[in-house]
Amino acid sequence: MSWDVLFAALTLTAGYNAAVVAVGAALLGASAAGIGTFVLLRKRALVSDAVSHATLPGIGLAFIVMTAFGGDGRSLAGLMAGAAVTAALGLLAVDAITRRSRLSEDAAIGAVLSVFFGAGIVLLTIIQTMSAGRQAGLSSFLLGSTAGMLFSEAVLITVASAAGVVALYALRRPMILVGFDPSYAAAAGYNVRRIDLAMLLLALVITVIGLKVVGLVLIVALMIIPPVAARFWTDRADRMVLIAAGLGALAGFVGTAVSASAHQLPTGPVVVVTAFVLFCLSLLAAPQRGLLASTLRFRAFEARVHERQGLLAIARGEAVYDRFTLAVLRRRGLVRPDGVPTLIGRGAAAAALRDEARWEAYRRLEPGSPLLGRYDGLTPIETILAADQIAELDRRLALRVAAP
Amino acid sequence: MSAEFVQLSLVPLLVGILAAVTCAIPGNFLILRRQALLGDAISHVVLPGIVVAFLVTGQVTTWAMLIGATVAAVTAVLLIEAVRRLGRVDSGAAMGVVFTTMFAAGVIILEQSSARSVHLDVEHALYGNLESLVWLAADGLHAFADPAALADLPPALPRLLAVLAVVVAFHVIFWRALVVATFDEGFARMVGVPVRATSAALIVLVAVAAVAAFEAVGAIIVLAIFICPPAAARLMTDDLKRQVAWSVLFAMLASVIGFFLAAEGPAIFGSENAVSAAGMIATVSGLILGAAVLFGPRRQRAGTPSGV
Repeated sequence: MSWDVLFAALTLTAGYNAAVVAVGAALLGASAAGIGTFVLLRKRALVSDAVSHATLPGIGLAFIVMTAFGGDGRSLAGLMAGAAVTAALGLLAVDAITRRSRLSEDAAIGAVLSVFFGAGIVLLTIIQTMSAGRQAGLSSFLLGSTAGMLFSEAVLITVASAAGVVALYALRRPMILVGFDPSYAAAAGYNVRRIDLAMLLLALVITVIGLKVVGLVLIVALMIIPPVAARFWTDRADRMVLIAAGLGALAGFVGTAVSASAHQLPTGPVVVVTAFVLFCLSLLAAPQRGLLASTLRFRAFEARVHERQGLLAIARGEAVYDRFTLAVLRRRGLVRPDGVPTLIGRGAAAAALRDEARWEAYRRLEPGSPLLGRYDGLTPIETILAADQIAELDRRLALRVAAP
Repeated sequence: MSAEFVQLSLVPLLVGILAAVTCAIPGNFLILRRQALLGDAISHVVLPGIVVAFLVTGQVTTWAMLIGATVAAVTAVLLIEAVRRLGRVDSGAAMGVVFTTMFAAGVIILEQSSARSVHLDVEHALYGNLESLVWLAADGLHAFADPAALADLPPALPRLLAVLAVVVAFHVIFWRALVVATFDEGFARMVGVPVRATSAALIVLVAVAAVAAFEAVGAIIVLAIFICPPAAARLMTDDLKRQVAWSVLFAMLASVIGFFLAAEGPAIFGSENAVSAAGMIATVSGLILGAAVLFGPRRQRAGTPSGV
């Protein structure tokens, strides 16, 4: 890998052509991740995998037709049009198999994906043997390649990806509605089937746009990995779309730069691995649901439980043996290093015991109260009951203590 | 049977048939358990499994490939479960994260390492190379009795025979456990069938079948022979044993017709070059499935009114 080239690609100074490719890949990543979020919410992520593999026969047919009419078989716009046609056929085939037979959608996806791909391979081998076949380039649609991309192709991909982002923005409300609650959407007068179809068609169009850059085998990853990563950062669908689009753009941009700077690296796999690195970072570092945050939260909870139990033991005059409990108490300044409670510690212990006693009294006073569900051995009763209720509990406790 | 046929066509034809049957049999249970896409994921991660096994052992031996692919498949299944739980997404999306990444990593390692120059290349990893399995030392059927010629036999053929034997033996021995665990997990637990072990064994078996068929048909087309024959068979009958028999028949039909179409079909159009046999086998298996969807006697769910 050449670091100079990588740096130049990342700072958009590797030439005008490379800069347009990088911007195009970023826009492509954003639109793929954006539509992928809606498809993910609808739990149909792998339908796009069938669609993307179904583009291969279309690419082959388009090449054959264009060459037969004496044109340049490698015109990207023509190949993309052919790809869109068979991808739509693949989508219809998945739909037809699940509706007309008792096979489930996963079987339909697997069958369409592999059969269309196989037919595409047959066409590619036919093209290889055609006398007019300067087939070089077609197999780059399998795993993607930005090396040697024409300027006009880069512009086409960039403009089409930008249009995809606009279409996503226009369709976002009905797609979110259907993603969360299809029956409510139907009751509210939306045509769920048509919205689903529009969503998958948009996914299809973005797949076709991305064929040249990421390749048909792996483009589905750009629609799945960023949204799943974005799921760690937020619980709100609108923010999830934006975060996914940002991650997708980053993956597209960095991935193309890395692949341009290393010899013999197809673009698609590099973009996918970049997206996966972003996924791992999200998994670790996301503020609420990341592994780091939830581990810290768990440790804090564990320490609170040990502190409370330790204080109760002190208040009852029992010795504390558990090392972790002692460490927690020591850290909070509740016991001295030799294990003897400090003044603050004794105060806190008395408070903890009083809190338990008050809960106990409340349990006897109002056995059916729903507020008892808030008792978890940690929550102070002052945060649940009003001052006069607590005063009443204390009066009863005093009576019990006073009674012989 | 001419010497040329034995040299150039017999082994690819047999390998195609064996691969299709080996994959179609466990495919029946993938379909019934709605795990067809798990087959997709496993067939993709066979590539990184083989590549890493090559990097570790330095050679492409049968055992290294089998172990590498099995380890990769089990890793993938565990990772999918981890992503599904940690990310709180459906299993389809979790699969999409895991198998695409592992496949991408496999391609990158392959392109950057020396594995490419020895035996593997990316395009054949995607769609196989059935035609390369020629047996030049043979000059007729009697070569099967000639030790010198047998030594030159492409190793894919005996490997597939062995794997097919394992697959058949597994299904015969564990038939009852497989059936019960597939149709009614709760009942299976009640009568003491180890449900989790059965699922795990099926996954390993799918990985082994995928790696045995990998050389012939590659990572993606292998899915066609995992899914299409059993899916078509499912639309023919309600009896599981008959379904398996139909799937074997469809698998053999697809590979024989596909192979001859690929070899002889172009001649009809005046071209002497053959087209991809693996691709043609996938296409024919898809056509068989299409016919079953349209005309299969059991294509509808039980109780569906006619004309819907």
